[in-house]
Amino acid sequence: MSNPVPARPLAQPVVTARLLWTALAVVAVLALLTYLVAFDQGAVSRSGMYLHELMHDGRHLLGVPCH
Amino acid sequence: MPTFLSVLLRGLLAGLVAGLIAGTFAYLVGEPRIDAAIAIEEQATHSVPEAEADHHAEELVGRDGQRAGLFLATGLFGAAMGGLLATGYVLLRRRLRTSDDGRAALLLAGAALLGAVVVPFGKYPANPPAVGNPDTIDQRTGSYLLLVLLGLVAVWAGALAHRSVSPHASSALRAVAAVGGFLLVTVVAYTVLPSFAEVPDDFPATLLWEFRLASLGTQVVLWTGIGLLFAVLLGRRGRDRRPSVDGGPERSGTPDGAEAPAGR
Repeated sequence: MSNPVPARPLAQPVVTARLLWTALAVVAVLALLTYLVAFDQGAVSRSGMYLHELMHDGRHLLGVPCH
Repeated sequence: MPTFLSVLLRGLLAGLVAGLIAGTFAYLVGEPRIDAAIAIEEQATHSVPEAEADHHAEELVGRDGQRAGLFLATGLFGAAMGGLLATGYVLLRRRLRTSDDGRAALLLAGAALLGAVVVPFGKYPANPPAVGNPDTIDQRTGSYLLLVLLGLVAVWAGALAHRSVSPHASSALRAVAAVGGFLLVTVVAYTVLPSFAEVPDDFPATLLWEFRLASLGTQVVLWTGIGLLFAVLLGRRGRDRRPSVDGGPERSGTPDGAEAPAGR
């Protein structure tokens, strides 16, 4: 579209140090969640192999190396 | 930091919903192939009596449980990916040269699909049950994760190469630079990382092919869903408050055309 006055984007946060630290914390939490789904074999979840086996099909179909 | 939080929540929601949609796709297209592969695996194990006793003893979750667990896995994985995409969006938004939030979201989702899914798939495609040597699982997992990172680096290299060409140059030249930067990193990564040839000789080639397509399809559905839903949700601001950062009277309304909100 040819808009003479470019629309102001709704969310263009300024990247500050505080934002970076928050982002880092969020990434760490999400990486842990990803790990639990895709790679854990009971070491972190303390559930033995239960969660690992429960999400077996998902891991295969998401393409993560499984066994 | 209301802005980051509001964007993050949109990403998580988009990811969760897209994950459940991808799970449905995987259930319909992928599960029949997993069942077929498990049948082959069982056949192989049952010819060895001792292994059979072993195998059944450690069966913690039945097949029905694993089919339900598929949705748990794709839902959680999707939410995590949506959250990561939202975080990437917040950090990179200003560097993306578009004034359209929805387009920026789709661009990032496409980059993630290419870098974190398609590139790894080219060297380490998904394997069904009965394929893969348990002894090498650690090396395979490590190499796979490394290739996910390198795939994202490859996309980044493509973007850098694209920008390094003068904006006055033809768009074809800029596209060639982008593809070249991307391919350079990808080819180096493919060459340096180890290969694993672990498909048993008697595993049906058709089944392997169909399973891998189903797996790739699941990821494509997931990332397409995340990108579209995230774009739509970004266009939908709260009715009474606007979590925009630098405050201003005008707002751009919904992203133009391409990603009109589905339903309603």
